[in-house]
Amino acid sequence: MAGTATVTRKRETGKTLLEPSLKETARKYDAPRLTVPITPERDHTEGPLNAALTLVQYGDYQCPYCGAAYGEVKKVQKELGSKLLFVFRNFPLTNMHEFAMNAAETAEAAAAQGKFWEMHDFLYEHQDTLRDSSRALGYAKKLGLDTQRFEREIAQHVHQKRIKEDFSGGVRSGVNGTPTFYANGVRHDGEAVAKALFKAVGSGK
Amino acid sequence: MVQMNKKRRRGSELGSRGVGKSNRRTRLKTGKLVKAERSVLEPGKKAPNFSLNSTPDQKVSLNDFRGQPVILAFYPADWSPVCTDQLSLYAEVMPEFKKFNAELIAISVDNIWSHLAFAKDRKLNFPVLADFEPKGMTSRKYGAYNEKVGECARALFVVDGQGIIRWSHLSPDGVNPGADGILAALENLNTGQAASKS
Repeated sequence: MAGTATVTRKRETGKTLLEPSLKETARKYDAPRLTVPITPERDHTEGPLNAALTLVQYGDYQCPYCGAAYGEVKKVQKELGSKLLFVFRNFPLTNMHEFAMNAAETAEAAAAQGKFWEMHDFLYEHQDTLRDSSRALGYAKKLGLDTQRFEREIAQHVHQKRIKEDFSGGVRSGVNGTPTFYANGVRHDGEAVAKALFKAVGSGK
Repeated sequence: MVQMNKKRRRGSELGSRGVGKSNRRTRLKTGKLVKAERSVLEPGKKAPNFSLNSTPDQKVSLNDFRGQPVILAFYPADWSPVCTDQLSLYAEVMPEFKKFNAELIAISVDNIWSHLAFAKDRKLNFPVLADFEPKGMTSRKYGAYNEKVGECARALFVVDGQGIIRWSHLSPDGVNPGADGILAALENLNTGQAASKS
């Protein structure tokens, strides 16, 4: 992909689709709200379902800014503990990121066997190897998944419908790039760093 | 969590989202809206026709699309310093726009050679027009030209099949407006048409 070098340099502060001069103007208007409510039966959640604070992320496994935000979210989760419910939804930018859909399908195939977060974390921690699907397969084996089923579901795009539903719902909620976060249901237009995310979810830190 | 399912404001109210300094308007006692600084054309107005180059030897006119909804996306510049931009998002969302039989046209003041390279690089699947000479003439007609910097403002319009603007939106500088407002406007367009038929 053209521009990859730029991405690598700017990954600390950037965001895939959002323009950089955002900080100043974001306060002047009402940020969009999440239109698809958190649904525990469907969503991938971490943290207590009745937590006072919620953070929803729309993400793309190949997006370098999501890769950078991954560690930031972990910090927020560690700090807030049981006060926070974190939700991850798919928003693969397939025109730009050729492995994003496959990676999302990989995570969903693991989710079908109860190991979503393990695979989600693995994919973000091994973003540079997404092109090699044997890596995720190896990890699926290590997790004790039924790898035949896992591989078949990916090959047959069993979970693509769900991923596309996530995408459509995200678009309706005003997702304008990846990662996009919703702090307590309101789009977070600030930086995808722990400090800003803390502030957005209202923890006062 | 209970807060999460609050519905987004829809329809014409969406137009008020993103009203920033550059979009200040004054309502006279007669109810007429007058422009303060930059102010984009309001819903109900006829969309000014244009004929602009999409390639060095091809022009695209708004009137070519009569009978179907058209999304006009004015944007400041082709090459943004980040990985990608608003238009790349629209390329991804194109299947959703197509559900409404809508066409998307992007317009900036960059020249056609820049547009061609940009569209190829970002895999854009819609016409990108050059409002290049006379510079910004079309954008000005829509109130979507930023005189100060000599670029288009980040303005969106949804034009119906009869060529009437049904929704417009000016983003604060630097805020990528996403596609939610466009989709809500297209939905309203369909609802309106269904209602008028019955």
